Amino acid sequence: MTGTAQRSGPAVGGPPSTGPRPGGGRTIRRSPVLRLLARPETGVFLGAAAVLVFFLIAAPSLRQGSSLATVLYQSSTIGIMALPVALLMIGGEFDLSSGVAVIGSALTASMLSYQLTVNVWTGVLVALVLSLAVGAFNGWMVVRTGLPSFLVTLGTFLILQGADLAVTKLVTGNVATDDISDMDGFGQARRIFASSVGIAGVQVKITVFYWVAFAALATWVLLRTKYGNWVFAVGGNKESARAVGVPVDLTRISLFTLVGFGAWFVGMHNLFSFDTVQSGEGVGQELIYIAAAVIGGCSLTGGSGSAIGPVFGAFMFGMVNQGIVFAGWNPDWFKAFLGVMLLGAVLINLWVQRTATRR
Amino acid sequence: MDRTRHPRSRGAAPLVAVAAAAALVLAGCSSGSGGKKAAEGGSGAPAGRADTPRMTVALVTHQAPGDTFWDIVRKGAEAAAAKDNIKLVYSADPNAGTQANYVQNAVDQKVDGIAVTLAKPGAMKDVVARAAAAKIPVVGLNSGLGDWKRLGLLEFFGQDETVAGEAFGRKLDEVGAKKVVCVVHEQGNVGLSQRCDGLKKTFSGTTETLYVNGTDMPSVKSTITAKLKQNSALDHVVTLGAPFALAAVQSVGDAGSRAKVATFDLNNQLAGAVKKGTVQFAVDQQPYLQGYLAVDSLWLYKNNGNYSGGGEQPVLTGPAFVDRSNVDRVSRFAAQGTR
Repeated sequence: MTGTAQRSGPAVGGPPSTGPRPGGGRTIRRSPVLRLLARPETGVFLGAAAVLVFFLIAAPSLRQGSSLATVLYQSSTIGIMALPVALLMIGGEFDLSSGVAVIGSALTASMLSYQLTVNVWTGVLVALVLSLAVGAFNGWMVVRTGLPSFLVTLGTFLILQGADLAVTKLVTGNVATDDISDMDGFGQARRIFASSVGIAGVQVKITVFYWVAFAALATWVLLRTKYGNWVFAVGGNKESARAVGVPVDLTRISLFTLVGFGAWFVGMHNLFSFDTVQSGEGVGQELIYIAAAVIGGCSLTGGSGSAIGPVFGAFMFGMVNQGIVFAGWNPDWFKAFLGVMLLGAVLINLWVQRTATRR
Repeated sequence: MDRTRHPRSRGAAPLVAVAAAAALVLAGCSSGSGGKKAAEGGSGAPAGRADTPRMTVALVTHQAPGDTFWDIVRKGAEAAAAKDNIKLVYSADPNAGTQANYVQNAVDQKVDGIAVTLAKPGAMKDVVARAAAAKIPVVGLNSGLGDWKRLGLLEFFGQDETVAGEAFGRKLDEVGAKKVVCVVHEQGNVGLSQRCDGLKKTFSGTTETLYVNGTDMPSVKSTITAKLKQNSALDHVVTLGAPFALAAVQSVGDAGSRAKVATFDLNNQLAGAVKKGTVQFAVDQQPYLQGYLAVDSLWLYKNNGNYSGGGEQPVLTGPAFVDRSNVDRVSRFAAQGTR
């Protein structure tokens, strides 16, 4: 089974449900190469690498630093959200409201600053509080009611989708926010959330760096901290985790809150990158975040996955998305190409996993 | 003592946070520039009001939630309703089946008139016939130029998307464009592809098509950037909605391209961009006019038996070009969100 090898958490304080670990007890000792291949992120890494190489050959214009920066930018806006979404999935839960939550956060910050004519940082902070609150609400509802997170977050998804639109219309009289780019603090906020950094003559969007930093942080938390163990344990088996003293409810609520944080961050990028926000955006994005996490090796049922896997998952999505354009293929087939490429990459991922864990 | 205080202090934490935020707001960290204070201005002049008996009109469109274009259509409809002593019932859904159900809903309510968009005429055929059977007049707006007569609608207000595209193509020739990319933000939308097709027909240079994910702006931006890098000979980016033009302006910068941006449809920001010169021109189908005329025409029909276009010809609301020469006149209205 791939399940045993997918769990990449540390040995200490692991949940009782992890099953036999490679190298322990009766398991045959495997070569380091096979063990590396068996890690969930290796498959997706190879899939992403295959897609990259493919497009480098198929699309000459992709072979410039600035083109790769574009690919990385697209990947990063997906990837930053895919990280908390992945952690949540490792913890055994699911969030359908993450796409509209991004826009909700951006709308809040923009409208609050504009309507009260205050420094935009006030709006940014209030949006943060609100985003965390929405996440915590999701978690609290799931914990308190015992309803599947699918249902709870579907509810929040609809509430937010409606509220994004209705509140914006109520406050601004339009369905898009007003331009706040001439307000105090905007330039500063733009530098933090939506600027570019020149590296060897190539302008790289700052979100790419945040993405890498967040991924490193998430990896460290998952593999090296007690909290990381809790996440795996809660996702593996809630009851056993509770029995060994893991604060299950707290962990689950915190994971939802983390998704709220991610939504705030990406929302701020959207706002400071485009000056205004249309209230209908964001719908459907939640599935892309979830797809990036799943392609990255996070189990749909919880308990297994990594933080680095979704990084490659998001990269693969961004790469295919932009690669098709760079290759200049007939755009009528765009979505079909996208689907075929993703499926192909996932099959490579699966094949690597199967091969590595055979015997 | 200690035990009673503990839970209270924990419960107070969110309150403290809110209070802190409120204090922050009040503490005068107000913005010295921009914001609502700078934009305060008079809204549209109040129109007179008809003293005809109250009537109810349903406006049913295929609007996707939160789309700026449709918001302007609705504002026009509301203005006409307010003037004509009409109660306006607005409903919308991009899914054709749901939209048809909303029309049925209006028929069931026995409204005095229905204004409907025919983005997917096949799905609307039956409900429109049922409205006719119930003796409710139905007018069309925005989409359905090729189908409104066949479906038995009374009149039609809108832009011929192909005609608009053709006018756009001629304008591109005028400004000396040679290689153009037409950016479609919703794959499979008939009206949008008609715009690109019309453009291709009259434009003498080469035209490529590009599909982007319209609900994700960062993705729109990076996809257009990718296209500009893939084909560095492109000299004009044509978008089919105002927000996408503004994203395209950024893409041009990111790609280090010298391509110019022109677009279909208008909004406040875009008027500003035309003024600044970052967007060359916009073709405006006057959505406010579509909503206004559709509702007003139902009033005219009921109270005076009139129908615009004589029931034979559609009433065209576009294409009207907005460029540097006339943007000042238009932007005043765009700022109110009605143009």
